[in-house]
Amino acid sequence: MLKTFPAGGVHPPENKITANAPIQYLPVPENVIIPVSQHIGAPATPVINKGDYVKTGQLIAAAKGYVSSNIHSSVSGKVNKIDNAPDSSGYKQPSVFIDIEGDEWTDTIDRSPEIIQEVVLTSEEIIKKCVESGIVGLGGATFPSHVKLTIPSGRKCEVLIINGVECEPYLTSDHRLMLERGEEVLIGTTILMKALKVESAMIGIESNKPDAISHMSKLATDFKGITVIGLEVKYPQGAEKQLIKALINREVPTGRLPLDVGTVVHNVGTAFAVYEAVQKNKPLFERVVTITGKSLKHPGNFFVRTGTPLSSLIDAAGGLPEDTGKIVAGGPMMGKAINTTDVPVVKGMSGVVLIPLTESARMKINPCIRCAKCVSVCPLNLEPYLLMTLTEKNLVERAEKERITDCMECGSCSFICPAGRPLLDYIRLGKSIILKMIRERNLK
Amino acid sequence: MSNLLNVSPSPHLHGTETTRKLMFGVVLALVPTLVTSVYYFGWGAIIVTLTSVVSCVLFEYLIQKFILKRPNSITDGSAIVTGLLLAFNLPSNIPVLLVVIGSFVSIAIAKMTFGGLGNNPFNPALVGRVFMLISFPVQMTSWPVPSGFNTGYTDAVTGATPLAILKEGINNGEQISSLMEKIPSHMQMFYGYMGGSMGEIAAVALLIGFAWMLFRKIITWHIPVSVIGSVAIFTSILWLVNPEQNADPVFHLLTGGILLGAIFMATDYVTSPMNPVAMIIYGCGIGVITVIIRVFGAYPEGVSFAILIMNAFVPLMNSYIKPVRFGEEVKNV
Repeated sequence: MLKTFPAGGVHPPENKITANAPIQYLPVPENVIIPVSQHIGAPATPVINKGDYVKTGQLIAAAKGYVSSNIHSSVSGKVNKIDNAPDSSGYKQPSVFIDIEGDEWTDTIDRSPEIIQEVVLTSEEIIKKCVESGIVGLGGATFPSHVKLTIPSGRKCEVLIINGVECEPYLTSDHRLMLERGEEVLIGTTILMKALKVESAMIGIESNKPDAISHMSKLATDFKGITVIGLEVKYPQGAEKQLIKALINREVPTGRLPLDVGTVVHNVGTAFAVYEAVQKNKPLFERVVTITGKSLKHPGNFFVRTGTPLSSLIDAAGGLPEDTGKIVAGGPMMGKAINTTDVPVVKGMSGVVLIPLTESARMKINPCIRCAKCVSVCPLNLEPYLLMTLTEKNLVERAEKERITDCMECGSCSFICPAGRPLLDYIRLGKSIILKMIRERNLK
Repeated sequence: MSNLLNVSPSPHLHGTETTRKLMFGVVLALVPTLVTSVYYFGWGAIIVTLTSVVSCVLFEYLIQKFILKRPNSITDGSAIVTGLLLAFNLPSNIPVLLVVIGSFVSIAIAKMTFGGLGNNPFNPALVGRVFMLISFPVQMTSWPVPSGFNTGYTDAVTGATPLAILKEGINNGEQISSLMEKIPSHMQMFYGYMGGSMGEIAAVALLIGFAWMLFRKIITWHIPVSVIGSVAIFTSILWLVNPEQNADPVFHLLTGGILLGAIFMATDYVTSPMNPVAMIIYGCGIGVITVIIRVFGAYPEGVSFAILIMNAFVPLMNSYIKPVRFGEEVKNV
């Protein structure tokens, strides 16, 4: 029997339309908008000025503090301005606007197609390289990777977990990356193992990607300590804590980190980015993005430079379909709906899903029939119906006791609710009220 | 394209399940039972079921429209389920007027007074049934003998249910072995050839409905299995202790409303607990109370009372019995 996490979970229709579409290089657009905050943590500080000429791969904004990340130019050209521009969250962020002139890369980047197996850097050098190259978690959370790679003294990581689950419907960027760049991903894994000083790594892949499982398993025989493990298809298996539970049957306690149970999780996309940074000296300014949707003419997977407007990506996939009702940056379960195609592709954007008008509206809200389906699908064993009611009635202290802040917002409860109740909306609201309350309490 | 895009927080997908689909799933699960009750009780079954369903739906419609002045809710199908379940808990020769009164109590008093679907603390069909049992004890306990369409609606030949025969016999000091000769065999009871409420007699039809609801993921196994299991265990103990005074567990499971109650009444979403552990406790409570009423109480049958009693504990259970949260039990650290 395939491994999986025990509690809850749902099976949204997979709709992996682009699973067989090879990754193409998206042509460099005419201009890019590169936000200085593409990660969790402090926004980076711009280090270039208006009118400067920048090369592809050049540092344009430097990390500010430890939990932050460098931002590199994804193109060559002239800095038009540094101004606020909306990103996929809808909020305006300071961003660097670059008018593109050619595509001149910095000399330090190794652009040869040759795959470099041998890892020469030491653990500390690898982590330093990740800091320099602006590597962040590419699964969507965009947490700066060097923080996760730095093991505090006295702690030990026993096993590295590589997340190739890709449990979100529609998305196939990690799937294609494993199929087409499997060797690089494995070398990246080896580099991460070296950085963490661990002997073994596990790559978890859901069984709806049998080709990726067999391909990676075959390649992995040449790599010491790496095993590929097929997992039962169940959302949200790609969530860090659920994946750890599924693979090594350890439960990360509330408010603790994977390292507390002796593991660290990185995405396959991150492993690939680490390979490029360490072996090819290429900073993170390009990633695989799935552009997909049921009515899209040419859905596909693309290597996209960060800062590329979504409109360029959509045009490359055949243009925005007439019946588009919703554009989601990320997967349909946890991604963000955006209101314009002018927003840029950022490091954490693994896909863009165009949802037809007929499927884009929410259903009418009916009374809760207390069917307990939300309770049974919650992967954290919370009681979403209760958390929603408590938030509605502003009983936030009780909601806190019911561990509302544990919620990772996977959306399984709202997905399953037969009455169409916006459970997660209310839980988010309750969480934000309580987190604010906790902050105030801590100040006292 | 239209210039306007929908924007909302995630998730952007919704499952295919809706309240209406679930309710009609239950209706479908009740079809085998409807077929057997018509087969055994003929016109009576048809008249009582139709009266019950139509009046339940009508009362809900009228109350929503003229008293609560809220949007019509009858299309969600829950009133149909209540109507069917109420009918299945009645003898097939009960006068139409009483069925209408029972439907009124179920919908108007037990359901809409509390605010409609999702808010009622007690199972509406059972409230209606128990109200009728207390108010019209004679009509509610004259059970027609299964004879299909051979007899009319009101002139059916009546006889006692196996549970009533057992209760009376034990009270008269008779032994189980001699009583069992007056009662249909287990196999006959499994197929439903015995007196009783029209929906409760045919175990085979109820079990088909159970299998369908499990397959369709309308309900989980927790409540039915714990009700049936606790009845089986409790009656086995009594039977093993004194087989001349207590009937065997199979008899208990096949007679009366155990299966109908365990599969369709106790699993009512609104009035049952919200997490698996509480569901099992709730189910066991129903089983134990039923057996206590049957064996030690004045009534021959106690499923309705048992479910209503446990309904009263559901809010308490939801408040105090909590699932073990992910990451709560600190392991491996």
